[in-house]
Amino acid sequence: MLSLYDGALNVPTILADWYAEEATSNYGAYIPFVGTVRNEDGIDGLSFDIYEPILESWFASWQKKAQTQGAIIKMAHSRGDVLLHESSYIAAVFSPKRRVALEFIDEFVEDFKASAPIWKYDLKEGKRVYALNRSTAIKGSGLLA
Amino acid sequence: MIRVEFLGPIQKDALELEITNLTELAAILQADEEMHEWLSNSAVAVNDTLVSSLEGELKDGDKISLLPPVCGG
Repeated sequence: MLSLYDGALNVPTILADWYAEEATSNYGAYIPFVGTVRNEDGIDGLSFDIYEPILESWFASWQKKAQTQGAIIKMAHSRGDVLLHESSYIAAVFSPKRRVALEFIDEFVEDFKASAPIWKYDLKEGKRVYALNRSTAIKGSGLLA
Repeated sequence: MIRVEFLGPIQKDALELEITNLTELAAILQADEEMHEWLSNSAVAVNDTLVSSLEGELKDGDKISLLPPVCGG
Protein backbone atom coordinates (compact mmCIF):
# COMPACT_ATOMS: atom_id res chain seq x y z
CA MET A 1 0.00 0.00 0.00
CA LEU A 2 1.36 3.37 -1.10
CA SER A 3 -0.22 6.53 0.32
CA LEU A 4 0.69 10.11 -0.60
CA TYR A 5 -0.33 13.09 1.49
CA ASP A 6 -0.19 16.84 1.03
CA GLY A 7 2.10 18.19 3.77
CA ALA A 8 3.38 16.45 6.90
CA LEU A 9 2.36 12.91 7.79
CA ASN A 10 0.22 12.20 10.82
CA VAL A 11 2.62 9.58 12.16
CA PRO A 12 0.66 8.23 15.16
CA THR A 13 -2.49 7.78 13.06
CA ILE A 14 -0.74 6.12 10.12
CA LEU A 15 1.21 3.72 12.31
CA ALA A 16 -1.91 2.83 14.30
CA ASP A 17 -3.98 2.34 11.14
CA TRP A 18 -1.36 0.05 9.62
CA TYR A 19 -1.17 -1.92 12.85
CA ALA A 20 -4.95 -2.30 12.95
CA GLU A 21 -5.10 -3.34 9.29
CA GLU A 22 -2.75 -6.26 9.90
CA ALA A 23 -3.54 -7.05 13.53
CA THR A 24 -5.09 -10.41 12.66
CA SER A 25 -3.06 -11.18 9.52
CA ASN A 26 -0.74 -13.52 11.43
CA TYR A 27 2.44 -11.48 10.86
CA GLY A 28 4.95 -11.93 13.64
CA ALA A 29 6.87 -8.73 12.89
CA TYR A 30 5.92 -5.11 12.10
CA ILE A 31 8.96 -2.94 11.49
CA PRO A 32 8.32 0.71 10.67
CA PHE A 33 10.83 3.36 9.64
CA VAL A 34 9.85 6.99 10.20
CA GLY A 35 11.79 9.82 8.58
CA THR A 36 11.63 13.15 10.41
CA VAL A 37 12.88 16.55 9.24
CA ARG A 38 15.86 17.62 11.36
CA ASN A 39 16.96 21.12 12.23
CA GLU A 40 20.25 21.49 10.35
CA ASP A 41 21.95 23.96 8.01
CA GLY A 42 19.45 26.69 8.89
CA ILE A 43 16.55 25.15 7.00
CA ASP A 44 12.91 25.85 7.90
CA GLY A 45 11.81 22.53 6.48
CA LEU A 46 11.83 20.40 3.34
CA SER A 47 9.59 20.26 0.31
CA PHE A 48 8.93 17.41 -2.10
CA ASP A 49 7.85 16.84 -5.70
CA ILE A 50 6.69 13.35 -6.66
CA TYR A 51 6.20 11.75 -10.06
CA GLU A 52 3.44 9.32 -9.23
CA PRO A 53 3.24 7.00 -12.28
CA ILE A 54 6.82 5.77 -11.88
CA LEU A 55 6.67 5.82 -8.08
CA GLU A 56 3.66 3.50 -8.26
CA SER A 57 5.35 1.03 -10.60
CA TRP A 58 8.56 1.12 -8.54
CA PHE A 59 6.54 0.41 -5.38
CA ALA A 60 4.54 -2.38 -7.07
CA SER A 61 7.78 -4.16 -8.02
CA TRP A 62 8.92 -4.06 -4.37
CA GLN A 63 5.54 -5.26 -3.15
CA LYS A 64 5.85 -8.22 -5.50
CA LYS A 65 9.34 -8.93 -4.16
CA ALA A 66 8.06 -8.76 -0.58
CA GLN A 67 5.24 -11.17 -1.36
CA THR A 68 7.73 -13.82 -2.49
CA GLN A 69 8.93 -13.84 1.13
CA GLY A 70 5.47 -13.78 2.65
CA ALA A 71 5.88 -10.11 3.60
CA ILE A 72 4.09 -6.88 2.70
CA ILE A 73 5.26 -3.28 2.54
CA LYS A 74 3.36 -0.12 3.36
CA MET A 75 4.67 3.32 2.55
CA ALA A 76 3.49 6.88 3.09
CA HIS A 77 5.16 10.03 1.75
CA SER A 78 4.48 13.76 1.74
CA ARG A 79 4.03 16.08 -1.20
CA GLY A 80 4.84 19.75 -0.76
CA ASP A 81 6.16 21.35 2.41
CA VAL A 82 7.10 19.55 5.64
CA LEU A 83 8.45 21.66 8.47
CA LEU A 84 11.11 20.95 11.13
CA HIS A 85 10.38 18.01 13.40
CA GLU A 86 7.50 16.87 11.20
CA SER A 87 7.67 13.63 9.23
CA SER A 88 7.64 13.15 5.46
CA TYR A 89 8.22 9.42 5.11
CA ILE A 90 7.09 6.20 6.70
CA ALA A 91 7.86 2.73 5.39
CA ALA A 92 6.95 -0.49 7.15
CA VAL A 93 7.38 -4.17 6.52
CA PHE A 94 5.13 -6.87 7.95
CA SER A 95 6.46 -10.40 7.79
CA PRO A 96 5.93 -13.76 9.45
CA LYS A 97 9.34 -13.61 11.17
CA ARG A 98 11.52 -10.67 12.19
CA ARG A 99 14.63 -11.46 10.16
CA VAL A 100 12.90 -11.00 6.79
CA ALA A 101 11.35 -7.70 7.88
CA LEU A 102 14.63 -6.33 9.32
CA GLU A 103 16.55 -7.12 6.16
CA PHE A 104 13.77 -6.04 3.85
CA ILE A 105 13.26 -2.62 5.41
CA ASP A 106 16.96 -1.89 4.98
CA GLU A 107 17.04 -2.94 1.31
CA PHE A 108 13.77 -1.20 0.57
CA VAL A 109 14.71 2.15 2.09
CA GLU A 110 18.14 2.12 0.38
CA ASP A 111 16.54 1.55 -3.02
CA PHE A 112 13.88 4.12 -2.21
CA LYS A 113 16.63 6.71 -1.71
CA ALA A 114 18.36 5.74 -4.96
CA SER A 115 15.41 5.13 -7.26
CA ALA A 116 12.06 6.53 -6.14
CA PRO A 117 11.11 9.54 -8.33
CA ILE A 118 10.88 12.09 -5.54
CA TRP A 119 12.73 15.40 -5.47
CA LYS A 120 13.71 17.17 -2.28
CA TYR A 121 14.10 20.89 -1.71
CA ASP A 122 15.35 22.81 1.32
CA LEU A 123 13.04 25.56 2.56
CA LYS A 124 15.35 28.41 3.41
CA GLU A 125 14.60 32.13 3.78
CA GLY A 126 11.33 31.73 1.94
CA LYS A 127 12.94 29.93 -1.00
CA ARG A 128 12.70 26.34 -2.25
CA VAL A 129 16.25 25.16 -3.05
CA TYR A 130 16.79 21.83 -4.82
CA ALA A 131 18.96 19.54 -2.65
CA LEU A 132 21.19 18.45 -5.54
CA ASN A 133 24.19 17.48 -3.40
CA ARG A 134 22.07 15.06 -1.34
CA SER A 135 20.39 13.56 -4.38
CA THR A 136 21.28 10.43 -6.34
CA ALA A 137 21.17 10.02 -10.10
CA ILE A 138 18.84 7.13 -11.00
CA LYS A 139 20.65 4.08 -12.40
CA GLY A 140 21.10 4.52 -16.15
CA SER A 141 21.15 8.32 -16.03
CA GLY A 142 23.06 10.24 -18.69
CA LEU A 143 21.54 8.42 -21.67
CA LEU A 144 20.91 11.67 -23.55
CA ALA A 145 24.24 13.35 -22.73
CA MET B 1 3.92 14.15 -31.97
CA ILE B 2 6.06 13.18 -28.98
CA ARG B 3 5.65 14.98 -25.66
CA VAL B 4 8.78 15.53 -23.57
CA GLU B 5 8.33 16.39 -19.89
CA PHE B 6 10.98 17.67 -17.49
CA LEU B 7 10.39 16.55 -13.94
CA GLY B 8 11.22 17.85 -10.48
CA PRO B 9 13.70 20.72 -10.38
CA ILE B 10 14.27 21.03 -14.15
CA GLN B 11 12.61 24.37 -14.77
CA LYS B 12 11.54 23.81 -18.34
CA ASP B 13 8.14 23.64 -20.02
CA ALA B 14 7.16 20.42 -21.80
CA LEU B 15 8.07 20.12 -25.49
CA GLU B 16 6.02 18.68 -28.35
CA LEU B 17 8.43 17.29 -30.93
CA GLU B 18 8.27 15.49 -34.29
CA ILE B 19 10.96 12.89 -33.57
CA THR B 20 11.13 9.15 -34.14
CA ASN B 21 13.81 8.04 -31.69
CA LEU B 22 15.77 9.07 -28.60
CA THR B 23 18.93 9.83 -30.58
CA GLU B 24 17.08 12.71 -32.22
CA LEU B 25 15.90 13.90 -28.81
CA ALA B 26 19.47 13.74 -27.48
CA ALA B 27 20.67 15.97 -30.35
CA ILE B 28 17.91 18.52 -29.71
CA LEU B 29 18.54 18.67 -25.97
CA GLN B 30 22.32 18.77 -26.34
CA ALA B 31 21.89 21.96 -28.36
CA ASP B 32 19.76 23.48 -25.58
CA GLU B 33 21.97 25.42 -23.19
CA GLU B 34 19.58 25.27 -20.24
CA MET B 35 19.70 21.45 -20.40
CA HIS B 36 23.49 21.14 -20.13
CA GLU B 37 23.52 20.70 -16.36
CA TRP B 38 20.77 18.02 -16.53
CA LEU B 39 21.59 15.67 -19.40
CA SER B 40 24.45 13.83 -17.70
CA ASN B 41 22.54 13.19 -14.47
CA SER B 42 18.99 12.57 -15.68
CA ALA B 43 17.30 9.26 -16.35
CA VAL B 44 14.86 8.82 -19.21
CA ALA B 45 11.45 7.16 -19.23
CA VAL B 46 9.27 6.37 -22.24
CA ASN B 47 5.59 6.09 -21.35
CA ASP B 48 6.54 5.94 -17.65
CA THR B 49 9.01 3.07 -18.02
CA LEU B 50 12.71 3.82 -17.47
CA VAL B 51 14.87 3.00 -20.49
CA SER B 52 18.55 2.09 -20.68
CA SER B 53 19.14 2.41 -24.42
CA LEU B 54 18.61 5.00 -27.15
CA GLU B 55 17.39 2.25 -29.46
CA GLY B 56 13.77 1.68 -30.32
CA GLU B 57 11.29 3.65 -32.35
CA LEU B 58 9.01 6.25 -30.84
CA LYS B 59 5.42 6.42 -32.01
CA ASP B 60 2.92 9.24 -32.21
CA GLY B 61 1.53 10.00 -28.74
CA ASP B 62 4.50 8.63 -26.78
CA LYS B 63 5.51 10.51 -23.65
CA ILE B 64 9.13 10.93 -22.63
CA SER B 65 10.11 12.04 -19.14
CA LEU B 66 13.47 13.27 -17.88
CA LEU B 67 14.14 12.45 -14.23
CA PRO B 68 16.96 14.35 -12.51
CA PRO B 69 18.71 13.02 -9.33
CA VAL B 70 16.24 11.94 -6.64
CA CYS B 71 16.11 12.16 -2.86
CA GLY B 72 12.96 10.97 -1.18
CA GLY B 73 12.40 10.63 2.52
